[in-house]
This record gives sequence, C-alpha cells and structure tokens, in this order.
Amino acid sequence: MADEPQQPKQPKKIVPKKYPMPEQDPKERIRNFNEVPIGQEAQTAILEAQRCLQCKRGPNRKVCMDGCPVEIDIPVFIKQVQEGNFEEAIRIIRQKQNLPAVCGRVCPYENQCEGLCVVGKKNEPVGIGRLERFLADWERKEMKKGKVEVPPPTGKQVAVVGAGPAGLTVAGDLAKLGHKITIFEALQYCGGVLVYGIPEFRLPKEIVHAEVDYIRRMGVDIKNDFVVGKLETVDELMRDYDAVFVATGAGLPDWTNLKGENLNGIMSANEFLTRVNLMKAFKFPEYDTPIRAGERVVTIGGGNVAMDCARTSLRLGCKESVILYRRSDAELPARREEVHHAQQEGVRFELLAAPVEFIGDDCGNVKQVKAIRMQLGEPDASGRRRPVKIPGSEFLIDAQTVLIAIGQSPNPLVPMTTPDLKTTKEGTIAVDEEGRTSKKAVWAGGDIASGAATVILAMGDGKKAAKSMHRYLTQDQSWPAPEVFEKLSCEM
Amino acid sequence: MAEGRMRAKMYEIVKAEKLTPDVIKLEIKAPQIAKKAKAGQFIMVTPTEHGERIPLTMADFSPEKGTITIAALEIGKTTKELGTLKAGDKVFSLVGPLGLPTHLHNFGNVVSIGGGIGLALMYPVVRAFRQSGNHTINIIGAKNEKLLIYEDEIKTVSDEFYVCTDDGSKGHHGFVSDVLKKMIAENKKIDLVYAVGPIIMMKVIANITKPHNIKTIVSLNPIMVDGTGMCGSCRVIISGETKFGCVDGPEFDGHAVDFDNLTARNRRYMPEEAVSLKKWQGAK
Repeated sequence: MADEPQQPKQPKKIVPKKYPMPEQDPKERIRNFNEVPIGQEAQTAILEAQRCLQCKRGPNRKVCMDGCPVEIDIPVFIKQVQEGNFEEAIRIIRQKQNLPAVCGRVCPYENQCEGLCVVGKKNEPVGIGRLERFLADWERKEMKKGKVEVPPPTGKQVAVVGAGPAGLTVAGDLAKLGHKITIFEALQYCGGVLVYGIPEFRLPKEIVHAEVDYIRRMGVDIKNDFVVGKLETVDELMRDYDAVFVATGAGLPDWTNLKGENLNGIMSANEFLTRVNLMKAFKFPEYDTPIRAGERVVTIGGGNVAMDCARTSLRLGCKESVILYRRSDAELPARREEVHHAQQEGVRFELLAAPVEFIGDDCGNVKQVKAIRMQLGEPDASGRRRPVKIPGSEFLIDAQTVLIAIGQSPNPLVPMTTPDLKTTKEGTIAVDEEGRTSKKAVWAGGDIASGAATVILAMGDGKKAAKSMHRYLTQDQSWPAPEVFEKLSCEM
Repeated sequence: MAEGRMRAKMYEIVKAEKLTPDVIKLEIKAPQIAKKAKAGQFIMVTPTEHGERIPLTMADFSPEKGTITIAALEIGKTTKELGTLKAGDKVFSLVGPLGLPTHLHNFGNVVSIGGGIGLALMYPVVRAFRQSGNHTINIIGAKNEKLLIYEDEIKTVSDEFYVCTDDGSKGHHGFVSDVLKKMIAENKKIDLVYAVGPIIMMKVIANITKPHNIKTIVSLNPIMVDGTGMCGSCRVIISGETKFGCVDGPEFDGHAVDFDNLTARNRRYMPEEAVSLKKWQGAK
C-alpha cells in the first residue's frame, strides 16, 4: 500500500451512525444464555473503520487513545482494518492489550476511547469497541494456536497472585519482555471476575478460556486451586520469585445488614453469579451446582453487577425481575448499554426506593421485601444527590429471591497474611502511582488496590505495574521510602 | 472448547476405602496441602468438571507421604459419586487448606465430642489437643456399632475414652450428651468442650454447657460455593452478627451460634439435591 500515490485531501463524508451490531431479539434471548450482540461481519468492520478520521494527537488535542487505560494505538489499528489487514490490526492491539476479546465486550468505551472520538462530536463515535471485538474474534477463529513467540528469558521470575484482568495483564506484559511468570489462582478456572462474575450472555466463558490460553501459550505457568495466604503466603513466594504482583480483587460481598438478610433465598450477587457463571448452575442438573430464582427476583443495587443479576434471573425463568435502587435513573452507576439491555428485556426498575427489612415465611424463606420511597436531597461527598427517606412511604414487594448487589470490598486474605503490607481504611492495599506497595518487590493492582472498579481499569493498573516491575527487574531496584505508604494508607 | 483442557492439574487418589457402607475414606495425593494443613481445616473438592464444590473436613494429612485424607458421608449426588472412586482415579479440583485451624493451647481437661461423620474431623483435632499437652477426654457416638468410624484412631489419642450408640450395640446405650451431662453432674473439671457432628448434636451440647459456663467450640458445616470468603453462601449468625463459615470458621463459640438458622440454611437446596441424586442414580 505504501507505494500507492497519495490521495488528494478531500473533506470526508462521514456516515453519521455506527454500523449496527446485530443482536439477539430480547424476547428470544431472555430464554437463553447466549451472547446478546452477535458480532459483525468483516465487511461491516471495514466500513465502520472507514468512519475513522485518523486524527493525530496533539498537546492540546485529545483523541481516542488518550481515553484508553492500556494505551492501544487505536488510529493505527483502525487504519489496518480500513485496508482489510486484520492480522496486522490485531497484532497492533496485542502489543498493548492482553485480553482484546474481553475488552471488546465489557469495556465502557463510551467514557473512554469512544468518548474522545472526534467523529463523535457531531455524530455517533467510531465503534472502536466493536472493532476490537471483531478483530479478537477473527483472530480466535482464523489464526492457528501455536506457541506465541516471546524474547529470550531474562532469568527473572515473577509471581502473579490472582488470574483476573489485572493479573493476566501483568503476566502477558512481562512475558512479552522475557520474564518467567507463574500465576497463582484460587479458583479452578482463570479469569477472576470474568469467569465468576460477568454472565455468559455478556462474555462467553469460552472466550475467556481462549484468552487465558493465549497467555499460557506465551509460556506463562498457571497454578489453579492455589490460595495464596493459605497454601503459601506472599513471604513464602518471595523466596522463589524476584517480584510479586498481588491482584486478588474485590471478592468480599457487601451486605445491607438489614433485618432478615440471612433468610433463605437472599444471597450476595457474588454467590448468585458464581453459582450461575463459574459453576454453570444455569445448566443444572447437567452441572451439579443448584440455583433457584422463583417467580419474582428483587435485586438491590444499580450497578453493572445488579444489571447482570437482574438479567440472569430472567434467563433462569423468573416471571418478574425487579431492580430496587435508591437514587433515580440518572444516577444509576451501571453502563447505559447495560441499563438499556435490561430495560429491553423487561427488567422492572423500582427507582428511588430502598429496602428496610426482609420478611420471611414460617420455613425461613424470604417472601417479601419491605422498602421505602426515597427522594434526592443535597449532593453528598461523591457529588451525587443524597437519597433521603420519605417518611411513611413503606411498601412491600413479593420476592422468592433477593440479590444483594450493593458492592464488594477488597479480599482480605493477602493483606491479613502479609504483615508488612500497608492497607488503607477501606482495606485496599496502599500503592503508589506505579503500583508499588510498602513491601519491597511487591506490587498490587486491580480492585485489591483501587476498590471495586472496572475490568479495563484493573488492566490499566496491571500495565503500569508491569512497566515498573520491568524497570525494577532489569535496571533500578530503588524503592519509595516507608513514609510514602504511611501517608497513602492514611489519606485514602 | 472443553474447559478441562484449560487446566493442567488433577489430583490422584492413592487409596479408597469404605469405612461403613455409606462412608468413603479417600487418601489423595496433594503434597502442598498436606504440608500446610492443620487440624480443624477443610478443603473444597470438585469431583468432576461438571461437579459442585463441596467442603470436606480433613481426617488426616501427611507431609511425609504428601497426601491428605478425607471422609465423606455418601448422602447426596456429589458424595455418592466420590463413593464410587477407586485408587488411581482422579478428582478434578481440590483447594485448601481452608478455614482457620483449631485454636491450640494447653487448656487442661478437654472433652471432645463427635458424632457420625464428625468423627473423621474429630480425630486430627483431638490428636492436636493431646500434642498441646491437654488431658483428652473423648466421647464418640453413632447410631450403631457398625457406623462408628475412627474409633481406634481416636482411642489412641485419648486419656479417657467413651463410646455411645443409639441402639446400645456398643458402649453406652444413648447419646453422647448423656455422658457429658453425667461428667458435669459429677463435678468433673472441664476446661473446654469441643463438639463436631450433626447440627442437633452440637446444639444439644452447647445448651448443656452454657448454664455451667464451660467454653464450647463447635465445628460448623454450612453450604459453601467458593470456600474462600467470596460469596457468603456459608454465612452463619454468631451472637447476632453475620460471619462466614469458610473464612471466619469453621469453628465458632457454640454458645453464640444460631443453630436454627444454620439448620434452615442447610436445607435450602433440598429439592434440587433430590433432583440431582435421582438423575445420577437413573444414569448409573
């Protein structure tokens, strides 16, 4: 292509909307666990790529890649898609991104790359997320699955604790630099929240397994069923490894602590989703782990996890799936796309309402949620308007299942068993801007360091830490003074 | 893609033995777990790729042989499936050691009470109590003589040893709690009571010791999914507060446990458990 004559510059006529992503019909899809968006054809991907203006970044000009936490060279890969060079396009993505098929599905692109897209100022932005997804799917289907070439070994050994988005990113990035990586994962499969949390219809597990397989093909060693903190502590790992990255996630479910929360039928979003996703309870009794939704499921919370719970409940056959959220539609923390999908599928949103008590039957099963209407008051510390109870507005909702999806806290196991690892008041591991912890040669990232956030932010943490770890392993072993972490653990 | 291919590890059974017609004892190769395991801890077992994760107490562990031993009452599909395994077979997943180990200390006179399948867990615990210098008084019970397991092993680590059977086929004709009541009535010095077995047994024991202010530890068996503190399936109410059986337990102060809530929670999947068992028995 390079030797073709330069085209004279012409004002480009932009197709105003993204090329549609075919989706399963809502009526159909609530009866199955198959993925909702079906994926685009090659021709559509090329047309979508041609909507891109190939903007250049400038000091005062933010473009798509400024919004990408893992710094993918977006215009460069899109250029390749425009020309139909899919192999080269995915190669460019893979330089920065270890889990493209995952991020092409679950990234909040609208706030990141697509949020900065220049085309998006007057029209719909370029569908960068779906292009990433298309390329990753194309690669998985079309390219052979041999060993992935990595540079000669540096002789350095790195332990990664947790095979979620942050851990897999560090493993992939450091393997690419020739370090020998071992991942320690507590569960029987790798992926962390990608396998236990995000449902099959948003992220098929086969895709996660394939991404993990790619990392394994880079020579990364993965030890499943290995609970760090129980089987070996971080200190014990440090006898065999030059550096350790802790990415154990926000696995600890938060509770409402309201009366009746331990009734049967009430469970954390984590339990519900782990049963359905990791243990495949949606295929019971073909798989042995049971799950029961009942006629009506009430999900407490308004984030992505709550949407996942409400939509999963529909697929398990409940007649009505209700979201109970204490603020209004505008404050729903879930991605707009998730809210939209939930609405399309018939999830009922009971907004400006909060639970007060769970009421059980004589056998200890939940039968009703007592809730109260809320109104929005003055903004709180987070800038969102504080929900205030409206006295006397209590009402009852029947429910056979109640799912508590109000957040997760950091997994305490590693901090508890690593005495010199400083934590914050919230229980996260205190880290500096490179992900370094108070313990020399130990980094942390993802939800264990940031609190409950997103897959891509965890990957961004992994990316930063990997850079810092590489520098430590190859050049400079200096470490911040203890006071830095003292301050961090107080501030946050 | 078969997910099994994504996993390198499987755990080999080196010895399989029936302790009673319904209790399987499996010695499994797991050198790292064997090295770290302590009395009172448990493991999560997933027999097959389609299996569920169930917590099983460790009846023994040998760092020298690199094996752990589990015993299971074959009551549902998963445990009955475990019951069919032979030496040389493999289990899909094994995670541990999980939970907090038994708090060991020289308490003085420790009365440990076990019933049914609980006797398998009781053995390493009373052995550890004895190694910590305690005078170990052990009371074991079962429905009948044939269902008594770990009798010889527990006897060897006992300073005093009592056997009870519901039908009187061996030892005291009656419940383990009868023996404890008698000891208390006779003003025997008791510094700690440890109970492991059916929920009703542990509840009865805790109710007996409470008025006498005898510290009582019970080992609970709530339904778990991950077993590492992530899901809260195993939550139990301790002094009105929610705790996780898997990471805060499995041992708790018997006087603080809400046993009725535990009983109700452990029944919550009974209809599904019946479906699963029926399907498996039909397929066999």
